[in-house]
Amino acid sequence: MATLNVAQAINQGLDQALAADRRVVVLGEDVGRTGGVFRVTDGLLERHGEDRVIDTPVSESGIVGAAFGMAVGGLHPVAEMQFMGFSYPAYDQVVSHVSRIRNRSRHRFTAPLVLRIPYGGGIGAAEHHSESTEAIYAHVPGLKVVVPSTPRDAKGLLLAAIADPDPVVFLEPIRLYRAIKEDLPEEPYEVPIGRATVAREGTDVTVVAWGAMLREVGKAADMLEEDGVNAEVIDLRSLVPLDTEAVMESVRKTGRAVIVHEAPRTAGLAGELIALIQERALYSLQAPVARVTGWDTVFPLKRSEHHYLPSPERIVAAAKRLVES
Amino acid sequence: MAEELAQMLTPDGELRGEPPVDLEATRHLYRAMVGARLFDRKGTALQKQGRLATYAPFEGQEAAQIGSAAALRGDDWLVATYRDAAAMWFRGYPWKLLLLWRAGDERGGAPPEGVNVLPPSITVGAHMLHAVGLAWAAKLLGQDRIALTSFGDGATSEGDFHEAMNFAGVYQVPVVFLCQNNQYAISLRRDRQTASPTIAGKAEAYGFPGVLVDGNDLFAVYRVTADAVGRARAGGGPTLIEALTYRLGPHTTSDDPGRYRDPAEEATWRERDPVERVRRYLQRQSAWTEEWQREIENEEAALIEQAVEEAEALPPQEPGQIFEAMFAEMTPQLREQQQELSGGGPVTPTGDR
Repeated sequence: MATLNVAQAINQGLDQALAADRRVVVLGEDVGRTGGVFRVTDGLLERHGEDRVIDTPVSESGIVGAAFGMAVGGLHPVAEMQFMGFSYPAYDQVVSHVSRIRNRSRHRFTAPLVLRIPYGGGIGAAEHHSESTEAIYAHVPGLKVVVPSTPRDAKGLLLAAIADPDPVVFLEPIRLYRAIKEDLPEEPYEVPIGRATVAREGTDVTVVAWGAMLREVGKAADMLEEDGVNAEVIDLRSLVPLDTEAVMESVRKTGRAVIVHEAPRTAGLAGELIALIQERALYSLQAPVARVTGWDTVFPLKRSEHHYLPSPERIVAAAKRLVES
Repeated sequence: MAEELAQMLTPDGELRGEPPVDLEATRHLYRAMVGARLFDRKGTALQKQGRLATYAPFEGQEAAQIGSAAALRGDDWLVATYRDAAAMWFRGYPWKLLLLWRAGDERGGAPPEGVNVLPPSITVGAHMLHAVGLAWAAKLLGQDRIALTSFGDGATSEGDFHEAMNFAGVYQVPVVFLCQNNQYAISLRRDRQTASPTIAGKAEAYGFPGVLVDGNDLFAVYRVTADAVGRARAGGGPTLIEALTYRLGPHTTSDDPGRYRDPAEEATWRERDPVERVRRYLQRQSAWTEEWQREIENEEAALIEQAVEEAEALPPQEPGQIFEAMFAEMTPQLREQQQELSGGGPVTPTGDR
């Protein structure tokens, strides 16, 4: 056991993957000498050499396009985008090539790569550094999208993503990199992609969230508890494929659901989850499904970002409305 | 800058210097060019009959494609475009699959095992980076394998051209960039594509050689490509080749070149026909007869007919098959959708009653 934060857990996962399999390479802007802008790749260059921990030019499409070729050619690249807001120049490579080579070649060629993308707000970063646009990745057929919220899941999901025969977008909640520490096994292990987890058991209302929102939801659940409302928290962990059954099981039990995401509301994943709930658990519902999300605005700069991000208070208010209705 | 045009065969078929391949190999390559042209015309005909979705003819570019493909070795990678059927076929991608792909069937995107040719790229420019990655992987895995990527003049205006050239230069990956400058990107003339005097000259900015070659000259294309491939294989890094050629036909079966170019220009380039040039050379060497011409045309045409028959005999995919190549293992969502399409009815909106 080691006590690690999210950044350290990812670092350990990368280190172990590099050590275990020579096909694994890490590439991205500043991932080598400086260990990445968030120091997630700290020490990897020293341990695995510059052939396998590759500092690239500032060239997002280049990174993903080259990683795609590497993957088709037999490597398992782990490519890093510095921030979600900087991943868009590479979006064409992801949508037009990474996600579809298996289909367009009928399994003849595959692209087993991991695209690591730090995402989300709450740290007062500069413009373009706080995006949470997971829906534009989740919407693309042929990609898996995972988001850990704990150090243990961060390492396990990363190792599962690297082992996966298909491309995986691995979203890293910037806000949680150093916010929580947890005991986790020293040795390599995988957390299966496609399975949600019950982060907290409860009976009155289900709160579904992922990534950085788990901490806000946890605080909200504590506040609700004080008011006698018992919230069950589902950490989706995997946005594609979605663990539909885990959500339904909880909603059928509690009869109420709040979906929380920091992404903008319109066409966000809360809409998809609500559709699934009404398809499969409509008659278990005792109240409409609520969503607590970011707004349909450009992500505000430092001095206003707290107005944008879902807060424990907003989550509590939504849950209470459902329970009291 | 290396802007002198490399040429070995004049349009009259006169040889300058030593031939890069012997007479028997030249006859083999000539035959491939003849076969490719027959396929190309067949492709256009099949499209007009509604048997292919669209077709992108390459007539006029046979020397650029066969000459460059011939410089590759067994397991080298070829990463090419929708107009590169001749090069892909020469590297082992069967006519049948190229036709199937053109007819709108994904199974045409799966070349046989051992044929290291990616399915044709439709997006313009992005695939150059794939060749960089493939070559890079080969280098890191210690494989004796290089990658050649083919693209048009239009692709050099894409950002990915820059990113691919830049990565290739920085990491010295064993890749060859082959620009078939066929003078038009659909309707836009080469001189509106870039203010650079040549495309080959752009290589200088990335720190590796650029070579300008007569793209309608089989020998010159083969020579410069073989040199670039050899250098890449020996660890000497990338090369950009600009093969000056001309698309004698339309961009695809959906456009009319009469709207954007002068027929006189086409006639000028027709005189530089790359296939006829090799024929004249062979004739000068007493290695061509009309009888042999008829013989190879008949044999190549028969192979193409057979490929058409086989492609058309393949029954369409079952509806459910569209779900089967999204992931190694189908997700629960895909399985459900497959069931819904296959007649199981909508499985989801039942509430939970």
